[in-house]
Amino acid sequence: MIKLRSFHGGVHPPTHKKESTQSPIMAAPLPAQLIIPFRQHAGEAAKPVVQVGERVLKGQLIGEPVGPISSSVHAPTSGTITAIELQQIAHPSALPDLCATLVSDGLEEWGVRQTLSYRQLSSDELQKHLRRCGIVGLGGAVFPSDMKLRHPTVVNTLVINGAECEPYITCDDMLMRERAEGIVRGIEILRHALGTDAVLIGIEDNKPQAITAMQRAVDESSHPFKVVAVPTLYPGGSAKHLIKVLTGVEVPSGKLPTDVGVQCYNVATAYAAHRAVEHGEPLVSRIVTVTGNVEQPRNYEALIGTPFSELVELSVAKADTNRYIMGGPMMGVELPAVNVPLVKASNCVIAASDVLFPPPPPAMPCIRCTRCAQACPVELQPQELYWFAKSHNFGKAQEYDLFDCIECGACAYVCPSSIPLVQYYRYAKSEIRARDHEKRAADLARERHEFRQFRIEREKQEKAERLAQKERAAAEAKAKAAATATVIATPVDPSADTDDTQQMRIDAALARAKEQAATTPPKNTETLSPAQRAEIEAIEERRAHIHELAADAGADDEPPKHSQGN
Amino acid sequence: MITALWIMIALAALLGMILGYASIRFRVEGNPLAEKIDAVLPQTQCGQCGYPGCKPYADAIAKGEADINLCPPGGEEGIHKLAELLGVEFKPFGEDAQPKPKAVAFIDEQICIGCTLCIQACPVDAIAGAAKQMHTIITSECTGCELCVPPCPVDCISMLPIEEKLTNWKWRYPVFELRQTS
Repeated sequence: MIKLRSFHGGVHPPTHKKESTQSPIMAAPLPAQLIIPFRQHAGEAAKPVVQVGERVLKGQLIGEPVGPISSSVHAPTSGTITAIELQQIAHPSALPDLCATLVSDGLEEWGVRQTLSYRQLSSDELQKHLRRCGIVGLGGAVFPSDMKLRHPTVVNTLVINGAECEPYITCDDMLMRERAEGIVRGIEILRHALGTDAVLIGIEDNKPQAITAMQRAVDESSHPFKVVAVPTLYPGGSAKHLIKVLTGVEVPSGKLPTDVGVQCYNVATAYAAHRAVEHGEPLVSRIVTVTGNVEQPRNYEALIGTPFSELVELSVAKADTNRYIMGGPMMGVELPAVNVPLVKASNCVIAASDVLFPPPPPAMPCIRCTRCAQACPVELQPQELYWFAKSHNFGKAQEYDLFDCIECGACAYVCPSSIPLVQYYRYAKSEIRARDHEKRAADLARERHEFRQFRIEREKQEKAERLAQKERAAAEAKAKAAATATVIATPVDPSADTDDTQQMRIDAALARAKEQAATTPPKNTETLSPAQRAEIEAIEERRAHIHELAADAGADDEPPKHSQGN
Repeated sequence: MITALWIMIALAALLGMILGYASIRFRVEGNPLAEKIDAVLPQTQCGQCGYPGCKPYADAIAKGEADINLCPPGGEEGIHKLAELLGVEFKPFGEDAQPKPKAVAFIDEQICIGCTLCIQACPVDAIAGAAKQMHTIITSECTGCELCVPPCPVDCISMLPIEEKLTNWKWRYPVFELRQTS
């Protein structure tokens, strides 16, 4: 047995997990139309690589990763791409994002599935394969899994997160109960890629069946993994907190778990890695819990891109349902509409009603009871952060480590004044991020402006140098010519002011040009009819009049720009 | 008596020498206050303040020649920051210098004749193009200063307000609707 540690704070909200674990995972029927967003992972959105009207096979790449932190997007079924356009997605802003619409042909015809034998592969090759298969963290953060395998420091412990601490969500629980063998195989692949020895699988002790199933699978596989039951305490499923409980190592502020020699993956991610490597299946489906105010709460295995409305229909939402939450009640976000598509991050959808989740009473003033500080699992001072965020004092909020806040909502849960604390923190965080972005843009603009001024100055100098050189060369040539010539017409005074001579030369050239223009009549006026001549004269007269007017106006103003072309 | 005098004179001379050396050795180039002010300004280089760029405006503020409420792109927050930095009272914007929503320039490439006038006007080199070649704005570098708009002889440059997208969306300040009871 390993010694378990504990973390500061935490809360015990009612779990409501029993409702959706009564029936096994059900494969959701194939929807007629799927909407697949190209931004389903942390980092850059994928770039579409299919055309509208193209037929795609199940598992075919439709969006390729852009940049280091990005992932692939695949067609979840076979069919035809009918549109690539902006559509509403599951995001609290209700703003649209680039999505592909796929009309399924009902055949579920797989494309090429490349299976690999992971033991012969290096970590690098496995990383490439996971990136190609679009594997991202399925616990909710959707961070590309291949990036997590890339670490400069030695990692000696792999923590597998099966805690699933948030109320209502049971997708990992059901996955562990039903597909423990696949998870264990996936863990072995990740362990191989990371090159670690110790593997700890942390599962909260309110999931005894999952623990038993995982223990059995580990025993059968004969891998030396340890299945550990951890005490149920929200937010024990946060990666940093699970690492603290299992290993006793605390990940410092602003650092990654790999910096302390630990890496953490969700059980569903391990299962997805197993499907990707040993079956060649990219991430095209996931387990999602549909629960809350529905007749038949349960888990579905649904294709990415399935509209939530179809899943809710299967579970039959009750009549008084008035909104839907993606994720759990603590950290989830309200869906802008129920027909938005399921994405890789969607672990749960909760039908909500005012009876199930009564609207919070109006926020009362903060009484500085510090219950939030007692509940905060990151040991922050939520009441201080609240004051700073409320008064837009972002510098101070950062000093109080606002960015260590994991937005778990434990503080708001215990607040006797029902202050929506997390909303304030989210507001402050996004404002600070926007300001940082602006600051960077301003620095870049300053740099570019300064360089431009330097460049203009340099060009000016170079031009002056060139001119001086020319002038010198001309003077030298002239001096030479003067020295060799027998008769000197006008001796050039080398000390004469160059500006003056230049001006004189310009004047002379102008005079010559004028003379030439006056003596040579325009060539195209010889064969004109009298009517044309009259017309030309009329135009000339008008022009002269305009010139007069311009000259009058020009006495106190510059002449208009377009007259310069005449 | 004389000794004391000599000691005092020697001391004064020594200290004077130290001060003189320090003023050469630890000399600060430029005006540190102007640099601090420049860091607060938004660097649009738009000239809306009446100075030919952010740095000249910063210099003018540092010398006390310019007011702190002349920079519309900096917004009210910019004035607050300047007021805090300089230890003066906040001053609201004047009637003719109200901040506008952030925008970037856009060149209608159908109309552009490739005259390079906008390229010469751009203070941050955010326009790509050459003589008789179509020009285009490098959106990520554009500060939205509008300096390229007036020189265009064919009026093909327009200012497009920056749209709210997923990548620049921000969480709102929590507000609560008050329910009407009667």
